Parts: sequence; C-alpha cells; structure tokens
Amino acid sequence: MTENEMTSNDSTEPTPTTETAASSPDPSGDPLIEQSIDVEGTDATAGETGKPVIESSDLNVFYGETQALQSIDLAIPEKQVTAMIGPSGCGKSTFLRCINRMNDLIDAARVEGDLYFEGKNVYDADVDPVALRRRIGMVFQHPNPFPKSIYDNVAYGLRIQDQTENIDEKVETALKRAALWDEVKDQLDKSALDLSGGQQQRLCIARAIAVDPDVILMDEPASALDPIATSKIEDLIEELAEEFTVVIVTHNMQQAARISDKTAVFLTGGELVEFDDTDKIFENPDSQRVEDYITGKFG
Amino acid sequence: MSTETPRPDITSRPTGRAARERMYRYVLLLCAAASILVTVSIVVLLARDAITFFTLVNPVDFFTGTEFLISRNVYGLLPLLSGTLLVTVISAVIALPTGVAAAVYLSEYASDQMRSVLKPGLEILAGIPTVVYGIFALVYVTPFLQAIGLPVNTFNILSASIMVGIMIIPMVSSLSEDAMSSVPDSLRQAGYGMGATKFEVTTGVVVPAAASGIFSSFILALSRAIGETMIVVVAAGSRPRMLNLSDPLANLFQGYQPMTAAMVQINSADSVSQLGFTSLFAIGLTLFVITFLLNLLSNRIAARYREEYE
Ligand SMILES: Nc1ncnc2c1ncn2[C@@H]1O[C@H](COP(=O)(O)OP(=O)(O)OP(=O)(O)O)[C@@H](O)[C@H]1O
Ligand SMILES: [Mg+2]
Repeated sequence: MTENEMTSNDSTEPTPTTETAASSPDPSGDPLIEQSIDVEGTDATAGETGKPVIESSDLNVFYGETQALQSIDLAIPEKQVTAMIGPSGCGKSTFLRCINRMNDLIDAARVEGDLYFEGKNVYDADVDPVALRRRIGMVFQHPNPFPKSIYDNVAYGLRIQDQTENIDEKVETALKRAALWDEVKDQLDKSALDLSGGQQQRLCIARAIAVDPDVILMDEPASALDPIATSKIEDLIEELAEEFTVVIVTHNMQQAARISDKTAVFLTGGELVEFDDTDKIFENPDSQRVEDYITGKFG
Repeated sequence: MSTETPRPDITSRPTGRAARERMYRYVLLLCAAASILVTVSIVVLLARDAITFFTLVNPVDFFTGTEFLISRNVYGLLPLLSGTLLVTVISAVIALPTGVAAAVYLSEYASDQMRSVLKPGLEILAGIPTVVYGIFALVYVTPFLQAIGLPVNTFNILSASIMVGIMIIPMVSSLSEDAMSSVPDSLRQAGYGMGATKFEVTTGVVVPAAASGIFSSFILALSRAIGETMIVVVAAGSRPRMLNLSDPLANLFQGYQPMTAAMVQINSADSVSQLGFTSLFAIGLTLFVITFLLNLLSNRIAARYREEYE
C-alpha cells in the first residue's frame, strides 16, 4: 500500500475560504497540526450554530483515468449532522474517504485540491494520516468488529494510542454513549462476533468514539440493519452530534431528512449539486435536478 | 414465434439410467473406501507387529528406557525420542518465526510483482527432495558451523535440524498466508480507520484474526519435522543418545538418532534378531500416534477457525 503516493499540491498556502479556523481543541501538542493557520472570509453555507470544521475546496478525485469527484466545495459545520445523499456511484463514499485520507489505501486513487480539517489542509506533506484518523473516526457500511472480545474492540483505539489509563472507564463510557452498555455489560469478554448485526454496528460506533475523535464519518451505517436496529442507530447519531461532528452517507432519504442538519446532494458524475440546510433541501431545493432526485423522479 | 421445440416427456425415464447412476456411485465409493482400507490395514499391521514386540518387551521399559542397543536387546525409546524432540524443537525455532514473517510479508506487504516471484520460489523450496537437504546439511552446513567456531561433530543434530527447519518454512508460510489473506479486508479498513499504522494493523488485527490458521500450520509443520527421515539419516548420525539436561547447548553439537532414522537403520541392517526387527513397528506405531494426535489437534483448531467467520 502506498501511504505517500498521494499528491499534495499547494501544500504551503491554503486558500482562505473559511471563518477563523477553530483553534485546536486539543492543547496536548497535537501531532497533526504543526502550524495553525488563521483564515478569513465568510462561508455562505456555514450554519448559524456550527462553524465549519471540514472544508473542501476544488476537490477532485480520480481513480486511474476516471474522475469520481468534480471540484467539490463543501463546508461541514461542527457538532452537527451532515448527510450526503445521491445515487449509487456518485462519489459519496469517495468524498468521505477523502476526509480521513482512507483513499491513500487505494492505489488507483488520486486526490487533487484542498481539504481542510480545522483550517489545516490534510493533504499537506506534513500531515500524518495516521494521526488524522485518530481525530476523525469512521464507521463502515457493514459492521466490522474485530474477532476479539467486546471489551478489546472498544479498547483497541486506546491501546494503539498507548492510552493505558482508565481503559475500563473509557470502554464503559463509549459503550454507554453508543447505547450498547446495558445489553453487553455482563459479557464484555464475549466475542464481538456473537452480537447481532445492529449490536455489532453500535459496537463499531463505540469503538470509534472511545478515542474521543472530533469527527465521525459514517458510510451508510444502517443499510445492513433491520428497521428497529436502524432507528436505534438514528437516535444515537442525533445524540452523538451533541459532542461530535457527524458526517453520514445514506441512501435513505427519510433518514437524511430525519437526522441531519445539513444535506449535500451529489449527482451522477461526482458533482455536488446542492448543499444546504436539510429542511431547505427537502422542502424547497434550488435545483430542479435535486428536486427530481428527492421526489424519486430519477436516481 | 411458434417454433415447436419438443417438450421433455416427464413420464419417459431412459432405460438404464438408474443403473448407470448407481454404478457411478459405487465406483466412487470404492475409490474412497480403498484409501481408507489401505490406511486402516497399515495401522492394523503396524499394531499387530508392535503387539508382538510388546509381549516380549515390557512397554514400561520401552517407553522409559534410556538406552537403545539392538545388539544387546535393549530397547529404550527415550534416546530416539530425544533425537526427534531436538529436531522438532530446533527446526520449529527456525521455521515458525521465519515462516510467519514470510507469510506476513507475502500477504500484507509484498507488491503483486514481488509476490509473483516469491511464491513460486517458496514452492520450489518445498519441491526439493529431502535427501538433497540432507546432503546439503552434511556438505555445507556442518563445515559452515565449524568455520564459525561451533564445536560440531561431523554428524550433528544442529545441521540436520537447520535443514529440516528450512524444509518446513514453505509449509508454514503458505498455510499462514492463506489464513491471513482470508482475513476480510473490512477488518484492515477498521484498523486503519482507527488510526492504526500498517504494522499495527498487521500485528494487532490480521495476525490475531488468522491465529487459528497460523497455529494449525505450525502443527502440520511440526508433524512434518517429526516424521522427516532422509535429512536426519544423512546428517544427524546413527548414535541413539540421551538428552543431556545439564549442558543443553552441548546437545546441539552431537549426533543423535531420531526415531525415523532408527527405523531406517533397523530395516536395512544385515543381521537383526526377530525381536530387533519388530521393535521397528513399536517405534513406528509411536510415531504414528504422535503425528495422528497432532493432526487431530490441527483439524480441531482449523474447524474452530472456520466457525469464527460464519
Ligand atoms: N477503489 C476504486 N477503484 C476504482 N474506482 C472506484 C473505486 N471506488 C470507487 N470507484 C468509482 O468511483 C465512483 C464513485 O464511487 P463511490 O464508491 O464513491 O460512490 P458512492 O456514491 O459511495 O456509491 P454507493 O452509494 O453505491 O456506495 C464510482 O464510479 C466507482 O466506480
Ligand atoms: Mg458508497
């Protein structure tokens, strides 16, 4: 795998497009952000509450010759739920993977343009993707717990970060926040693979939040689950947004409408067609194509 | 539109088909039964001759005896077991870590190009006749060990075991690699998504997830080392010897005669008493029981491993 094959262009001078970037909330000498950049300007898409924590600017992604994302400009507000919807193959997962640089793991993928996390371009040469991923957690479409005990799954991130203190406590907190504690508190030593699909997915959420990231990326986290498990996950996501910035890809339009504050609509070809408050997108979108998509006329 | 293709008549069963089908079934059964039958007969014959031996030699004396000397009708298994144990342990020390490391490299690190060179290379290693390994041990390894200052005898267990170890590396690496490459990629993604490095994903996610497969490759490799004959016949000497527990290192430099080598020697000796000859079957049966138990264990582990992902 090629961690460093990525092109990082214009790494020294990020385009100022944002509100004053958040001063790093983590004062403990964060390895990710070595210089803090103050950028100015107002972004029309930033909501009243959350200032943007992730911003892309002219972001293009290619898989070999084919372009999967076309010049995406997007500002994701802090501590809100931002949903990404759009037909299959329009690049939602690709965008999500740009944020925590999971695209680095795909040999064919090439990213051009800028993506800022707290004002720092994550494609700068001095950014360590490993450290970045410790601040931006991810939950996948299919639950993928490690074949270890429930406890060890949740503790995994803490252990690789050499956080050896209060692991018990942190595991408990994470499981509680993931609304799984009551179901598993007496069987923490049991294999995670013995849990139901919905429980496994909540375990994966617990695993992601145990290390206290700033952002949680979720790629269709409920698509493999039944309606009851799905509604549990949805409730959970809304709660998580009180503490974390949540970015969720979903195919389920009702789900996006129910749980998200902002919605980004991608359409075929990897274009971001509209990005606005969720209410606006679902009630009165500017674009006819978005309206057609949402009302099921295509896609 | 209305080209009539004749519809099969569901009431007309071709004559003889049932008989043919039955015949296929029995031919296949015969082949399956034949191989089992042969195995069973071997075990039965082995056991029969071993029992003849044990009516004349007390099994307790056999399994606890510290001397093996056919010429004096002394049949103690322990010296032979010492040789087998040494070969197994030394070759394991060499092959298990190397084999797993090679498997990790092939499964997790190697580029496709590298893999396409290395995998056939390892298969060639597995295809070398063991007598060649034996001669190599005698002609190259032993002089090399002497050259680097180790006080090894011409025939010594260390050289032989090194070559046995090299011989079983492909077995460990190819089975372990299978186990690691069947670890679902989603688990690696989960690891990377948590901010693990490649090495952390490999050691903390992939290897533990493949642990049962790796472990069962170990056991198969060990039973291969236990049963290895040619290399030890050629390079380990022909003196049964007890393990010297007070100076463990010195053991490595001496010749030993493992169980397999002893059997070869008994079988090819010019004049050997009837009792001496039947001792061959007692040793053989013991060897069979050991490897059989190991295989059983490895199947157990492999079965549990399969369960984990279902
Ligand atoms: N690893 C890859 N290698 C090559 N092309 C890829 C790869 N992953 C995605 N693509 C291509 O990039 C485009 C966008 O894919 P992506 O997975 O981001 O879509 P998506 O919006 O998440 O779709 P879905 O809703 O089906 O998950 C698709 O055309 C896809 O074929
Ligand atoms: Mg997707």
